[in-house]
Amino acid sequence: MTASERLLLQHRAQDGPLRILAASGQLGYGIPEAALQRGLARQPHLIGCDMGSIDPGPYYLGSGEMAAPAAMVYRDLELVLTAAVAQGIPLIIGSAGTAGARPQLDATVAMVRAIAQARGLRFRLTTVASDVAAEPVVQALLAGQLTPIGPMPLPSEAEIRQCSHIVGQCGTETLARALREPTDVLIAGRACDTAVFATLPEMLGYPVGLCQHMAKIIECTSLCCQPSARDAMLAELDMDGFTLESMNPLAHATPASVAAHALYEQADPFEVDEPTGTLLLQQAQYQALDAHRTRVSGAQWRPRGEATLKIEGAARVGERCVLLAGVADPTLLAELDNILQAVETRVRQLVPGDWTLYPHIYGQGAVRPLPPAQQSRHEAGLVVEFIAPSADLARTASGVFKQNLLHHGFAGRHCSAGNLAFAFTPSELNAGTAYRFVLYHVMQAAPLAELFQIETCTVDGSPSGARR
Amino acid sequence: MRTDDAAPPPATLADLTQVLRSKNAGPTLLTLDLFFKDAAGYARAATSPALSGPAVAALYQVSPAQVQRHLLPTLLAIKYALPRRVCAGTPGDGDVYGAQQHAPLLGIVP
Repeated sequence: MTASERLLLQHRAQDGPLRILAASGQLGYGIPEAALQRGLARQPHLIGCDMGSIDPGPYYLGSGEMAAPAAMVYRDLELVLTAAVAQGIPLIIGSAGTAGARPQLDATVAMVRAIAQARGLRFRLTTVASDVAAEPVVQALLAGQLTPIGPMPLPSEAEIRQCSHIVGQCGTETLARALREPTDVLIAGRACDTAVFATLPEMLGYPVGLCQHMAKIIECTSLCCQPSARDAMLAELDMDGFTLESMNPLAHATPASVAAHALYEQADPFEVDEPTGTLLLQQAQYQALDAHRTRVSGAQWRPRGEATLKIEGAARVGERCVLLAGVADPTLLAELDNILQAVETRVRQLVPGDWTLYPHIYGQGAVRPLPPAQQSRHEAGLVVEFIAPSADLARTASGVFKQNLLHHGFAGRHCSAGNLAFAFTPSELNAGTAYRFVLYHVMQAAPLAELFQIETCTVDGSPSGARR
Repeated sequence: MRTDDAAPPPATLADLTQVLRSKNAGPTLLTLDLFFKDAAGYARAATSPALSGPAVAALYQVSPAQVQRHLLPTLLAIKYALPRRVCAGTPGDGDVYGAQQHAPLLGIVP
């Protein structure tokens, strides 16, 4: 019997709390091992890992590459996979490979298979693919069923078709469908962070509001603690609430730290929209059990008739080359905006073509707009993005711009030997393909059961499996 | 000359808060969370014109209608949500995670 079948058949709420271990909020950046082992010693019923996010920007969705280093992803997967299979605990991994698009799901599954071979593991693997084809999104646009989230413009039909990947965030409704398959390990493409941790508890009949609130807090592991940490986090859930406990003895879940975390990355502190309903936190209570653990109760749930679908899509903008240099001359710094414009004008005459530049002047407002009085006049860092249809053109514009800026003459110039300080050469670096988000929308009336493809198979890396 | 008669410098949000952070709430929105050290600091901030929705809108150069403000007295916290200047990671964006947009608030005297 698989781990999920065993849990769903055998666990009863009256037997005691359900222990959910959040092993990683960012799988691939090094799971702290001591805390994970402490968590495993508590015999969790479920191990969950979040592996992705939209946070790192459009590059990862656009390119299909993983943000985390492959060697560290392998290490982290090996840690959780070997433990889960050895102890017969369901393992759920969401947002595979950063953005959860098909190439990232495939790369994650390939690593899991390689680990199974290397470690002689045998288990039942279920996958959920979260990719959405352009056509149904175009149809939704034409039918008026695409709603922006925040100040996002409605895309054109062409922009939708230009997306290299479009994914939908699957929620508990889809992961529950996947977990009705006999499963030891579930790997989902793009998934709601909360669904990773809330689905099995909901299937076992725990109150949905509590399941979702618990999931919302532990999906970042011990980030909800004081001091915040990256160590595994344990939630013990019953029908009336849940207890939070970091597996790092020095990271304490306090009522203040936990309540503060419930606000994190959230526009509205009281109402959190999820695919199948809205989590209501007005009545939430946070109570210290001791210096290390907090008990949480009171969250409510307003179900939605039909599950909604949040979609994300990224399209290529062009190829990027980046120029890096420092500036320390006070006259130059006072005139930098004008000088950059003058140099751009000259370079446009020398390098024709459809290239664009975006100057980031660190010390003078690259991070946020700065009033002139706060702008640095002693030193600034110059990062200039060049984006063009080809890497060659971006590189050419960047190189010619660099040399023209280096030797640009201006009124009051003392530094006639050169205007720029390079930390190294070449100071222009090819930065790969640039992408942007085209889709961050809710798609209404989406056929979820058709969109999210569920597959299941046996992975057998055991010696007997190899002989078969 | 006695210097202890001089009035102490007025308390800023950097003095009054234990956490003052910014972060994306999705790639299109920015959220600012202010957690105060004590009830007095929270009360001063919650009633201060310098921290009204329109004042924060002006500080971040967005229109007042685009700023949502939530007062959370039980947490001694104030939360704002506002649009980002550009969608996260679009060429030209200067803060993909939105994690360093809190700075304009630090020096505010409520």
